[in-house]
Amino acid sequence: MSDTITSTDTIQAEAPANRTIKPFLRLSGLEPLVVRPETNFINIGERTNVTGSKKFARLIREGLYEEALSVARQQVENGAQVLDVNMDDALLDGEKAMTTFLNLLAAEPDISKIPVMIDSSKFSIIEAGLKCLQGKCIVNSISLKEGEAKFIEQARICKAFGAAVVVMAFDEYGQADTEEKKVAFCHRSYKILTEKVGFDPQDIIFDPNIFAIATGIEEHNNYAVDFINATRRIKELMPLTSVSGGVSNISFSFRGNDVVREAMHSAFLYYAIKAGMNMGIVNAGMLQIYDEIEPELRELCDDAILNRREDATERLIAFAETVKSKGKVIEKDESWRHGTVEERLSHALVNGITDYIDADTEEARQKYPRPLDVIEGPLMDGMNIVGDLFGSGKMFLPQVVKSARVMKKSVAVLTPYIEEEKQRLVAENGGVVKSAGKILLATVKGDVHDIGKNIVGVVLGCNGYDIVDMGVMVPAEKILQKAREEQVDIIGLSGLITPSLDEMVHVAREMKRQQFEVPLIIGGATTSRTHTAVKIAPEYEHGVIHVLDASRSVTVTGSLLNKALKKTFLDDVKLEYQKLNENFRNKKPVKQYLPIAEARQHKAIKDWSNYKPVVPKQLGVKAFHNYDLAEIAEYIDWQPFFISWELHGKFPQILTDEIVGVEASRLYEDAKVMLKRIVEEKWLTANGVIGLFPAQRTADDTITVQSPQPGQGAVQLECLRQQLKKAPGQPNFSLADFIAPVESGIQDYMGAFAVTTGGDIEKWLEQFKTDLDDYSSIMLKALADRLVEAFAELMHKRVRKEFWGYANNEQLSNDELIREEYSGIRPAPGYPACPEHTEKYKLFDMLNATENTGITLTESLAMYPASSVSGWYFAHPEAKYFGLGKIEKDQVEDYAARKGWTIEEAEKWLRPVLEYDM
Amino acid sequence: MKSLSQCAAERILIIDGAMGTMIQRYKLEEADYRGERFKNYHLDVKGNNDLLCLTQPHIIEAIHKEYLEAGADIIETNTFSSTTIAMADYDMQAFAFEMNVAAARIAKKAAQEYTAKTPDKPRFVAGAIGPLNKTLSLSPDVNNPGFRSVSFDEVVDAYYEQVKGLHEGGADILLIETIFDTLNSKAAIFAIKKYFSDIAQPELPVMISGTITDASGRTLSGQTLEAFYISVMHAKPFSVGLNCALGGNQMRPYIEELSQIAACNVSCYPNAGLPNAFGEYDETPDQTAHIIEDFAREGFVNIVGGCCGTTPDHIRHIAQHVKTMRPRPLPVQEETLA
Repeated sequence: MSDTITSTDTIQAEAPANRTIKPFLRLSGLEPLVVRPETNFINIGERTNVTGSKKFARLIREGLYEEALSVARQQVENGAQVLDVNMDDALLDGEKAMTTFLNLLAAEPDISKIPVMIDSSKFSIIEAGLKCLQGKCIVNSISLKEGEAKFIEQARICKAFGAAVVVMAFDEYGQADTEEKKVAFCHRSYKILTEKVGFDPQDIIFDPNIFAIATGIEEHNNYAVDFINATRRIKELMPLTSVSGGVSNISFSFRGNDVVREAMHSAFLYYAIKAGMNMGIVNAGMLQIYDEIEPELRELCDDAILNRREDATERLIAFAETVKSKGKVIEKDESWRHGTVEERLSHALVNGITDYIDADTEEARQKYPRPLDVIEGPLMDGMNIVGDLFGSGKMFLPQVVKSARVMKKSVAVLTPYIEEEKQRLVAENGGVVKSAGKILLATVKGDVHDIGKNIVGVVLGCNGYDIVDMGVMVPAEKILQKAREEQVDIIGLSGLITPSLDEMVHVAREMKRQQFEVPLIIGGATTSRTHTAVKIAPEYEHGVIHVLDASRSVTVTGSLLNKALKKTFLDDVKLEYQKLNENFRNKKPVKQYLPIAEARQHKAIKDWSNYKPVVPKQLGVKAFHNYDLAEIAEYIDWQPFFISWELHGKFPQILTDEIVGVEASRLYEDAKVMLKRIVEEKWLTANGVIGLFPAQRTADDTITVQSPQPGQGAVQLECLRQQLKKAPGQPNFSLADFIAPVESGIQDYMGAFAVTTGGDIEKWLEQFKTDLDDYSSIMLKALADRLVEAFAELMHKRVRKEFWGYANNEQLSNDELIREEYSGIRPAPGYPACPEHTEKYKLFDMLNATENTGITLTESLAMYPASSVSGWYFAHPEAKYFGLGKIEKDQVEDYAARKGWTIEEAEKWLRPVLEYDM
Repeated sequence: MKSLSQCAAERILIIDGAMGTMIQRYKLEEADYRGERFKNYHLDVKGNNDLLCLTQPHIIEAIHKEYLEAGADIIETNTFSSTTIAMADYDMQAFAFEMNVAAARIAKKAAQEYTAKTPDKPRFVAGAIGPLNKTLSLSPDVNNPGFRSVSFDEVVDAYYEQVKGLHEGGADILLIETIFDTLNSKAAIFAIKKYFSDIAQPELPVMISGTITDASGRTLSGQTLEAFYISVMHAKPFSVGLNCALGGNQMRPYIEELSQIAACNVSCYPNAGLPNAFGEYDETPDQTAHIIEDFAREGFVNIVGGCCGTTPDHIRHIAQHVKTMRPRPLPVQEETLA
């Protein structure tokens, strides 16, 4: 054998000098992508993103994956080096859509040659994506926002798949906005990833949050500088890492003006890349070469980005106005522009188009003899069509509000001329001009909720009435004083919380005392025809009418202001209400009630011998400032949002509903657009506080909680118990039932929370008011309400899983959360299980809630800002939501004694739940 | 005893040759495959080579010893298809785990015997992890490109069980080989990481060996060589390399490229040339050895051996030819970008 082996003595070439391997970020699709220093900037394609591209979203939703792939192909052809894929849409099964799309992508070598960036705020979607990609991809994103443990867990999974990660500059308390925070959060993330998870530094890509600048809000002016400086420091501190970001965020406030946006993007990138940003999500079609930007615009962009001048924003906006028309225009059907001015005004009103309203109004003003003729003629004709369509259910509230916006803008054009004419008439004749009717609207003292009232105002305004809107928390004397000054024809009161019902009774009594004669309209979520008939109508004889919703308000107002109809209408209502009143009083004895002592024998949980409460992981109070709105938004329950717009139906089925589907979808689209801005431009501030405390039941309906606040010590929470006689074996619930009694010897626990998303909302509402944009104003309030509920949901989940930790293994979808399938409850003082509001004082004290969140309590115990939620946490697995129902005098007396109140005080606060007449 | 890394630093390591080619020489019949244990089995099992670890362990042991005698430092367990997914062809999913344990034990016993004979040349057992007969990146249905016949999780589960069996049977190395779909190999890497994390023990060294199917220079799932390497880098493998599909001559440019980009050791175990019209491999041991010797002289390789059609003779020649050659020096991993 050795004869065939001839080469053992062959001389091997001189061993080559050791090769070196640089720690570049290396990615792959079918082909490699190595990010070298000279690579300069990696362009990430963004159109295959359902949240960013309406077209792509529609294609995916409709299952048109072939066409969706062509969107991806276009991205590659336009020079994208990495493909961002995002399937985060409430209407999509995100995991499934991600899997299907990526599997199909694998069969398209001209697309799958480049690496994929799996983009989702849901880690389950990211994991689904990771399971489809043979190449080394990027996960976008993970962060510390859910805590270090979650961060490590998710990073480990990414590492096991060999993915690079985008790390957002977050921590447990929120998003980094300042330079210092951006650097600190990134550095902390870096240390965890490299030291605890064993991540290669080059596989870490930081996204230090690009926020919109030039928004008109001073705090935003330095956001670009913060990003650029942070980028520089991140690259100095952690040189192997990459820095990325969503570039288009920077120019959000110039949406619709592509000329300015493109210039801003280029200028921003020019400085950010110099500082070390080496990749980003950019629409390559929306990028100009820095040097080719018109010099004046470039200078203005530089000023705004580098925050070099105090008036940079104003100057950029002023410039933007001049180039607006040059921007790319979306094709619209403009054929209606060929009609007469009357037809055009009518079209604009019915379709809610403001684009040409100023010019059309001016044209009409010149055509008609008097400016008022324009209002009474074409504008009212248009609004009558709107009113008819609305009345017949062919138009829906969101559209009506948009129509109102057009009307307001048109009227704003005419107002100076009307005023001028008025002055002239007054001067000439000493005459008085009278409008169709003047209606005062107010949310009563102690209450801050006004979405419904604003909608009524808009709808009535559309119908030609003058609206005097006094806002929220208006005391009776102010309402009546104003009514007299303005000589209003109708007074409308609104309220949401139960104490407002009493305040309305008070206003009615005052109207009687002050000898008013105008009718009173009652509306709002807690009001009812029965309450109005039984409690308010008897107090005032010149007409009290309950109005169920905005659409009814028009007919009611019409009848009240028509001299011929008014008397019959009021007489009919009076008769109807008298009957209701009688029925109410007659049917009362049907239900039987138990003495409180007997009800207490029927506690919900009797056996405590085997109960072992989970000790909360973190006892005491924990506050959260500037909580990430994007995360909160994931927990939104959309159904109530549609209800607030008077569109009733289940979500998401409502979007495809035969009758309201189209409008509901449009409203939903608008809501999502605003929600995105709320999140990205941080319109709202989300603050929250939670507390977990040792607690025991120390009497039948009393829970004693150990408060951590200095000087507070043991706090006694007083609960109310159902007294309605029930079937044998059925409990008479009290919240106290869910806490272990002191005699059981068990140390139990309970919690409390207060959250708000209303911080900062005022300045935006102010802005919308200036813009005569009720639609956006109502939209923002409705979204803020959804967000705070979502925030409460999210906090409750974190409490269950993390801070208290009694449900570590819970895995519930958002729908399951909305259906309350979790263990434990979070009842709110003032709501059915514990309707007595003053317990809220204790809750606020225990949490130091005002200082920690900025929420204050009005004298009626409403929370301000309105978008706030507070409540208790009970963890017992058998704890459930219930309604208290009515209670008897014996419990009221017992409760008064426990609270140290007189019977009268107790009855005042318990009025809505009293079984008996006072 | 020297560790695997120490050995690799000193010399080019030899990995064994084909198992299937050697089994063919025994001309086994259905009854031999069944053995006593499966004599009443409801399906034919002839051709299920991995089953022989349970029914004819002495044959497998004898083949291992032939390769050890020829000079192999690393022998591969006879477990190319010992996963629940691949064994489904024979309805033998239930025995997959047992096959892995048995195969690793047989190889380990043989390796230990030879280590005892020449303690300065320790022998290592590489647990062979094959590519599966189902792929994660490709649809078996041309009309439905989004379809997949198996899920990532299923593949992970199958590999996890195999890794567990190989580890418990005593394998020193895990060798993910003949990779034609990178996503399958990523599932194997995932399973390895998961398994060792679950048992809280350090991972065994991992060898990764891909397959370039033709002159396009790509894997069957379409990746270029560098893209493939980048996709599996996170395994922090002991070696990365190529095997199967091509003979040494056709493999040369890819081995050269890999030697330039790989941060770890480079392995190469080609087929004995390309198959002839009868599906047989004609390349002689001497021819194969010359090709491999050239790779070694150029400093491309750290681990060499053979795949389909290679025999103990091929391995003996290869071992002799590279005996005095220096292994490819490991690249220096720099810590800065500039």
